[in-house]
Amino acid sequence: MGSVGAKEVPVLLTPDGRRIDGRRLDELRALEIRAGPLKQADGSAFVEWGANKVMAAVYGPREVHPRHLQQNDRAVIQCKYNMAAFSVDERKRPGLDRRSQEISKVIGEALQSVVFTEEFPRTSIDVYIEVLQANAGTRCAGLVAASVALADAGIPMVDLLPAVAVGKVAGAIALDLKKEEDNFGEADLPMALVPQSGRLVLLQMEGHMTEEELGTALDLGVGGCRAIYEKMKAALRDRYSVAPIEEAAR
Amino acid sequence: MSDEVTADIQTTHILDLAASGKRVDGRGIDEYRPIAIDVGFVSTADGSALAHVGDTAVLCGIKLEPGKPFPDTPNAGVLTTNAELIPLSSPTFEPGPPQPGAIEVSRVVDRAIRAAETIDLTKLCVTPGEKTWVCYVDMHVLGHAGNLIDTALLAAVSALTHATVPAKRFAIADADYALDVQHLPIECTFVRLGDQIVVDPTFDEEQAAQGRLTVATDETGRVVAMQKGLVGAFSPEDVKATVRRAFVHGDRLRGFVRGGGP
Repeated sequence: MGSVGAKEVPVLLTPDGRRIDGRRLDELRALEIRAGPLKQADGSAFVEWGANKVMAAVYGPREVHPRHLQQNDRAVIQCKYNMAAFSVDERKRPGLDRRSQEISKVIGEALQSVVFTEEFPRTSIDVYIEVLQANAGTRCAGLVAASVALADAGIPMVDLLPAVAVGKVAGAIALDLKKEEDNFGEADLPMALVPQSGRLVLLQMEGHMTEEELGTALDLGVGGCRAIYEKMKAALRDRYSVAPIEEAAR
Repeated sequence: MSDEVTADIQTTHILDLAASGKRVDGRGIDEYRPIAIDVGFVSTADGSALAHVGDTAVLCGIKLEPGKPFPDTPNAGVLTTNAELIPLSSPTFEPGPPQPGAIEVSRVVDRAIRAAETIDLTKLCVTPGEKTWVCYVDMHVLGHAGNLIDTALLAAVSALTHATVPAKRFAIADADYALDVQHLPIECTFVRLGDQIVVDPTFDEEQAAQGRLTVATDETGRVVAMQKGLVGAFSPEDVKATVRRAFVHGDRLRGFVRGGGP
């Protein structure tokens, strides 16, 4: 996992099962989701997840640019995942690299799996994801933000899309890797769940795992996604619930 | 983009057939198209292989050149993977900078090669921090009849397996020597057609697919990479069953790489 010839490996797992930041193997990092922070966008969300800070904005359904991507029977979802130059330790050269283009593709396809695109033929739903501060798991944080932003924009969907990365750290399967675990771990497996159907619409993996470990990882990830799902719904309720009149008057 | 190429009527036909366990080309749900690998197709490359899976053809050429290691990995060689979906191979490919589809192919192939530690990058190092071999894995798609990922990795791993390090040409050693390959990753791609999950999709099956899943395994029993693509979804049980099938196919396909041909 990009650790060839790299610096000294930190202690990733203590004998009593604590991780580098004190978490248990099945514990998520702190996650805060805010729906609708951007007033200019049709929908938006800000996600702070561990040391990740990710903003997503949704525009549309609107005219398709470039025009030739237009579909006569449905909306297209154009997703752009981008990392700010200052979001990582060593400055990242701005602009689209191959990694961000691949991530944009898989996130876009995941979103397209749940949005009722046939409701808006000949339009584009544009999803912009900006990683402002990165600490592993940015594609999952980006997808969570994008999904809440789509809901904030009022786009009809089958369901929200919670996402999380599971990995293998010092031989153990662990939920929601942070940077050191991602860099020095043995495997990384990001996934996104449609909670209503129990199916996965984003799934990638890199590293090594046995067949059995992979099964454990999938189950752990699905559990993690269900917990994240509750926070996503809570964020939308926070934004849109109306206080009772006597409460508001006081 | 390429949606116009497969007619709706064909998509419906594919899905109807799949529902009864059949495929347009008469194959079974869990059957690959014929595979052939032609090693050493290009003599100007340091290693090359032309892989065919049915009518899909990918030519991979390896070039090794001395270069500088990355500052964060001073003791390791550099591996660069690139896939070109050149316009000659399909009416849907256009000239110009690589599109997301081509980037996905090269990144998924790259991930399998890297994660399986196909080549020991530390052995490519000549002088730590200063000089190392840079291994370029360039893949040209010559025919796109579906399942580019599996075909591209077959070509890449076959080419690497039979590659030579041109040490004499670059005056780094007295003689050229064979590139040391430690593991043989194989990628198996499946698509969902209704309730069926079929292996080795054709171009039309990919257009009709409701989700695609690629699983890379190696000969030691490890899963080394996965990629879900296209619009659609898989249950965790689907994924586990697919991984099992990928191990079985992987063992068979690895025979073609080892043998360099059928």
